[in-house]
Amino acid sequence: MTVTDTKHAVTVRDLTRRFGSFTAVDRVSFDVSPGEIFGFLGPNGAGKSTTIRMLCGILAPTSGAGSVAGFDIMTQSEKIKAHIGYMSQKFSLYEDLTVEENIDFYSGIYRIPREKKKERKEWVIEMAGLASHRDARTAILSGGWKQRLALGCAILHEPPVIFLDEPTSGVDPMSRRKFWDLIYELTGKGVTVFVTTHYMDEAEYCDRIGLVYRGELIALGTPEELKNEHMKEDVLEVACDRPQDAMEAVEKVQGVKEAALFGRGLHVVADDAGKTVGALRSFLEMEGYLPTRVEGITPSLEDVFVSLIEARDRAQQPQKEVAG
Amino acid sequence: MMQPAIASENLSKSFGPVAAVDGLTLSVDHGEIFGLVGPDGAGKTTTMRLLTSIMDPDSGQARVCGRDTVSEAEAVKERIGYMSQRFGLYPDLSVMENMEFYADIYGVPRKGRAEKIERLLSFSNLTPFKKRHAGNLSGGMKQKLGLACALIHTPEVLFLDEPTNGVDPASRRDFWRILYQLLKEKVTIFVSTAYLDEAERCNRIGLMHEGRLMALGTPGQVKKLMRGSIVEVRAARPRQAKEILKKSLPDAEVGLFGDRVHVVTDTPENTEAETIRILSKAGVEVSGARLIEPSLEDVFVSVLGKDGGRRE
Repeated sequence: MTVTDTKHAVTVRDLTRRFGSFTAVDRVSFDVSPGEIFGFLGPNGAGKSTTIRMLCGILAPTSGAGSVAGFDIMTQSEKIKAHIGYMSQKFSLYEDLTVEENIDFYSGIYRIPREKKKERKEWVIEMAGLASHRDARTAILSGGWKQRLALGCAILHEPPVIFLDEPTSGVDPMSRRKFWDLIYELTGKGVTVFVTTHYMDEAEYCDRIGLVYRGELIALGTPEELKNEHMKEDVLEVACDRPQDAMEAVEKVQGVKEAALFGRGLHVVADDAGKTVGALRSFLEMEGYLPTRVEGITPSLEDVFVSLIEARDRAQQPQKEVAG
Repeated sequence: MMQPAIASENLSKSFGPVAAVDGLTLSVDHGEIFGLVGPDGAGKTTTMRLLTSIMDPDSGQARVCGRDTVSEAEAVKERIGYMSQRFGLYPDLSVMENMEFYADIYGVPRKGRAEKIERLLSFSNLTPFKKRHAGNLSGGMKQKLGLACALIHTPEVLFLDEPTNGVDPASRRDFWRILYQLLKEKVTIFVSTAYLDEAERCNRIGLMHEGRLMALGTPGQVKKLMRGSIVEVRAARPRQAKEILKKSLPDAEVGLFGDRVHVVTDTPENTEAETIRILSKAGVEVSGARLIEPSLEDVFVSVLGKDGGRRE
C-alpha cells in the first residue's frame, strides 16, 4: 500500500518495526495536522526513537504504511529527508567549528541556494541570539545556545515538518522556555512539530499527545482529554508536613491505591476522591502530619502517564526473566 | 558537635579565564539531602568533582566525612559514592557482573558480598534482570544500576550528578522512592538536578550561577528571594492567554507553566481582577486567577533572569 496523504503532515497506519524477535514498534497509527505540535511521550525504550527514525526515512518499517510531508515512508525516504528537519538530544554540531562554520556546513549539506545562504545564516544567528558569538568555537557555548544553534541548523532549509527528539534534555528551565517560544514561532508559520520529551510541563505545551509503551500507542489526545478522560482513578493533592514519610503511611488508608511526591506535596491516587478525602485528612491529622490541604484535583499529566503505564503493566503478563 | 558530612570553604576552580567554581562555601549535615540547581555551565559538575576528590581546587578547601578532599583524597573516596552523568556501566557485562566489578574496585570483602549485592539489586528492583546485559537495560533501569553500583561499598555520602536527566516520569518517581529509603538509612545525599520539582523535595538547596552560590537555604527560604508575587491564571487556551497578557501588561513578567499562566506582579490584588478582565474582553474563557506561592522555577527565573535570560 502506498500512502501519500497531503491533508496531514504526518500519517501512519499500523506502523511496525521488529528487530529479530523483538517488536520495537507495534501497529502504531496516528495523524498529525499541519501546524500542529505533536508530543510523543513514553518511557525510555518504549519505541519513540525507532518511530521517529522510521518517519525520518532513516529506518525502514517492517510493515505498515505512512507518509511524511506528503511522501511515502516506504518508497520515498530520500524525498522525506529533504523535506524535514531533525534534531536529537545529541546536538549534531561540530564542537571545533565556530558558530558560523557550523551553519555554513549545514547550508552545504542541505544545498541552500547561494543567494539564500546569507539570509538563512543571519536568521539562525538572530534566532539563537548568537550575534556576539559568531566566531566563537561551538565547544564553549552553553547548553541553551548549542540547543538553539542545533535547531537553527536543522531547519536551515525551511522544512515543513520538524522532528525533535528530546531537544531539551538536561537544559535549564530558562533555556527550555526560550526554546519553546521558538517552537511556537515556527508553528505559527505553519511548520509541524513532532517532539519527544520527558518534561511533563512541556507535554502540556503540545496540541496533542501520543503515549507509547512497549511499542504500542496506549493513549492519544489533547492534554485536556488525557487528564480528564484517560485516567480511571481520581487524584487528591495533599500539602502536609514530612511528605516523604506521609507518602508511605497514607497507602494504608482505605481507598488509597498509591501515593507519590509531587513538588513539595503529595499526589494520592484513589478510586473515589470524594469517599477518600475525609479519611485521608483525619489519618494525616491523627498521625501528626499537619495537613493544610487535602482535595480532589484534575490529575497532572505525570499522574496520567504513570497511571496508564501501570494499568498496562497489570493488564499484561509481567515480563518474565530468569532469575538467579 | 558532630562534624558536617560536607563542608567547603571558599572553594574555587578556574579553567583558563573561566571561574567554574568561585568561592563556594557550604555545609551539608549528616542524613540531609542537599540539592544543587543552576543553569548549564553554572559549575555544578565541577563542584561535584571537587567534593569527590576527583579534581583539586585552585584555592579554598573542602572536607567530606571529616577528611580533606586534597590531602586525604583516598579516605574521602572510600566513604563516598559518586554517580556521574556518564556513569561507567559496562554495556556488555550483565547487571550482576557490573556489580561484582564495582565490588572489586572498591575492595568490598568477599565475605558477605553476595548478600550485599542481592540486597542492593532487590532494593533497586533489578533482581529479575540480573543476567541481562547492562547495554540492554532501559534508561530508568540503567540509572538504578548506576545507583546500586555507587552504593556497593556502603558510602556515608552519596553524590548524584543530574541522575534523572532523560528519565521518564515513572522511572523518576521510582528513583526518588529509592533515595528516600537511603535517607532513612542515614545516608547523606548531594544531588544536582535540572528538574526543579525535584529540588523542592530536598532539605536544603543551593542555587548556583556562574560558579557562585546565589542562594542557599530550605526551598521555603530560597522562595523568599522572589521579587514580586505570582498570580496564576487558568484559562481555556493558555498559550493564547499568555500572549494577550504579555501585550496588555508590559510591566509584568508573563510566562507559561505547563497549562497555567504565571504573572509576576507587585500588586497581586489588582492583577487578579485585571487578568480576568483583560482575558474576558479578548474572549478567552478564564477558570480562575489566584495568588500562589512561587515554585522554585519562578524563583530561578526571577533570580537569574536579569543577566541569564534576557535577550528578547
